[in-house]
Amino acid sequence: MSIEVSKVSKRFGTFNALSNINLEIPSGELVALLGPSGSGKTTLLRIIAGLEFADTGHVSFDGADITEQSARERRVGFVFQHYALFRHMNVFENIAFGLRVRPRQFRPAETAIRSKVHELLRLIQLENLAQRYPSQLSGGQRQRVALARALAVEPSVLLLDEPFGSLDAKVRQELRRWLRQLHDEIHITSVFVTHDQEEALEVADQVVVMNQGRIEQIGSPDEVYNHPASPFVYNFLGNVNLFHGRMDEGQPVIHGKATGQVVYVRPHLLEIDREPNGGSHFRAHIKHINAAGPLVKVDVITEWGDPVHIQVSQERYRALQLIKDDAVYVIPKDVRVFETRRAS
Amino acid sequence: MAASISLHSIGSAQLAARARVATSESRLVRWTLMFVAFLFLVFFLFMPLAIVFTSALSKGLSTYFAAFREPDALSAIRLTLLAAGIAVPLNLIFGIAASWAIAKFDFLGKSLLVTLIDLPFSVSPVVSGLIYVLLFGLQGLLGPWLAAHDIKIIFAVPGIVLATIFVTFPFVARELIPLIQAQGIEEEEAALTLGASGWQTFWRVTLPNIKWGLLYGVILCNARAMGEFGAVSVVSGHIRGRTNTMPLHIEILYNEYQFQAAFAVASLLALLALVTLIAKSAVEWKAEQENSQPHGRDLTPDHQGFLL
Repeated sequence: MSIEVSKVSKRFGTFNALSNINLEIPSGELVALLGPSGSGKTTLLRIIAGLEFADTGHVSFDGADITEQSARERRVGFVFQHYALFRHMNVFENIAFGLRVRPRQFRPAETAIRSKVHELLRLIQLENLAQRYPSQLSGGQRQRVALARALAVEPSVLLLDEPFGSLDAKVRQELRRWLRQLHDEIHITSVFVTHDQEEALEVADQVVVMNQGRIEQIGSPDEVYNHPASPFVYNFLGNVNLFHGRMDEGQPVIHGKATGQVVYVRPHLLEIDREPNGGSHFRAHIKHINAAGPLVKVDVITEWGDPVHIQVSQERYRALQLIKDDAVYVIPKDVRVFETRRAS
Repeated sequence: MAASISLHSIGSAQLAARARVATSESRLVRWTLMFVAFLFLVFFLFMPLAIVFTSALSKGLSTYFAAFREPDALSAIRLTLLAAGIAVPLNLIFGIAASWAIAKFDFLGKSLLVTLIDLPFSVSPVVSGLIYVLLFGLQGLLGPWLAAHDIKIIFAVPGIVLATIFVTFPFVARELIPLIQAQGIEEEEAALTLGASGWQTFWRVTLPNIKWGLLYGVILCNARAMGEFGAVSVVSGHIRGRTNTMPLHIEILYNEYQFQAAFAVASLLALLALVTLIAKSAVEWKAEQENSQPHGRDLTPDHQGFLL
């Protein structure tokens, strides 16, 4: 089921949580709402769910306006950041809840409920824990139960609020791969909120980058990462170095003087060399080297005194035999230039 | 994981041991404190209780039970049960409604409501009784209107019920407000998105989560409703066989030098207190168990049985 959000605004007191949001989510996609805290991403998700209501604007599912419908009528599956499992019910009853509260004429028979719950327990790989209570489960297990509970009612869309927010790093990674796999299997239109850019880029088909109640960019992970539409997106999706400089005949010229333009370069798009090899370059000396990890992180100080972070491959690092206090040339390979008034 | 847990428990054990050394007083001080506490209990609790029962039974079991067969005593017991039977359910509903509103919504006058709920605790029961007399009494604000319509509230059963409700209404609400506040609204939101109606959410999600706190509040509320003297005394008018509750009946018997009968009825109230105490402990224990027992096993590692 597709989701359309049009001209949605929401205020909390004097705080503009969302201003004039327009968003279309095609059926069957897995979309990430990505942004820092306070960017309005959770509010937008809750408005889609019907847990919060927009001051102005409309929400439609498959073209049908559902702005006035309650969360109960919208048939969405919602997964809460802190799971919100029913603490007095075991795993089985938690998952069965949505089926049991249906009006009598739509309620499946007990045997149908059982087989449905067991099917979902298989899906989340917790078949042997059906009788456990939520407090007896780990965080990752609880989150999977919450997901199964939401899926039990066969929702039209699946909405997840920071689904992996309160899990430790290792479990996060496992669970998000699992979510991606699950989505590839059941193809339900899904929207998840996250502040973790890595998570959004890894899991989602489309990433919606939000900032201060507005959408900064919508695109595939590749688009938003490699072709950021605004300085904010460039900044938010990965590390970046900011330089004063300008574009000169298609070539970025980086220097220390303020010009009204700001040059953005990712650390891995700066090359280090012993010699200036033609093109645009500047001089620097090495301040610090951290060779732990797949890439070597080199911190340098430019000739005009600014710190710059650079990432080079282990091979390059060994070939150049870099050491602290070496004088080197830095060559930007790919940059983006934004006007300073828009730079954040 | 097991290693880190055992390390942790050793750590806390050491900490506890050190704490004991640091705060411990000499044996003499400890024993003195305990002795004082127990002496206090014996004088002010056990002895009066023992005297109630021995005095009640001083003329044998048959006279003891005879005290309850007296029509006035029976009517007092009936009236007490009636007043509690009306006040407790009403305060149960009021308590749930008030605590729900206070814990889950923001509205104008919320802090005023919280303060007002505590009012019966801070006002002397006699004063609250007098308020009803001033309101509904013959010379009171609504007195002439009530008299014209032949409705009797003061010096009649409705007044007693009203006074009892007033005195006991903080119990359930006070118990529930912090509980509901602590639980938040996420579970209710989850129920809503799963298609549950408001009524289903209340019965299946909210109520099970607050049931022990609720029961605890009801027990305390009931004990107070049956034992209330001051407020009821002011509005009752002490009409024998009609507007006397058990505490009032005891006073009358005592003033008429019917000590044995007075103590017999008093023993009934004392028994109620003991039953309340036991029920309260049982509820506390049960709630404690339900809350803590599963947490003790909250050790399942995340990766167990989860294959990609």
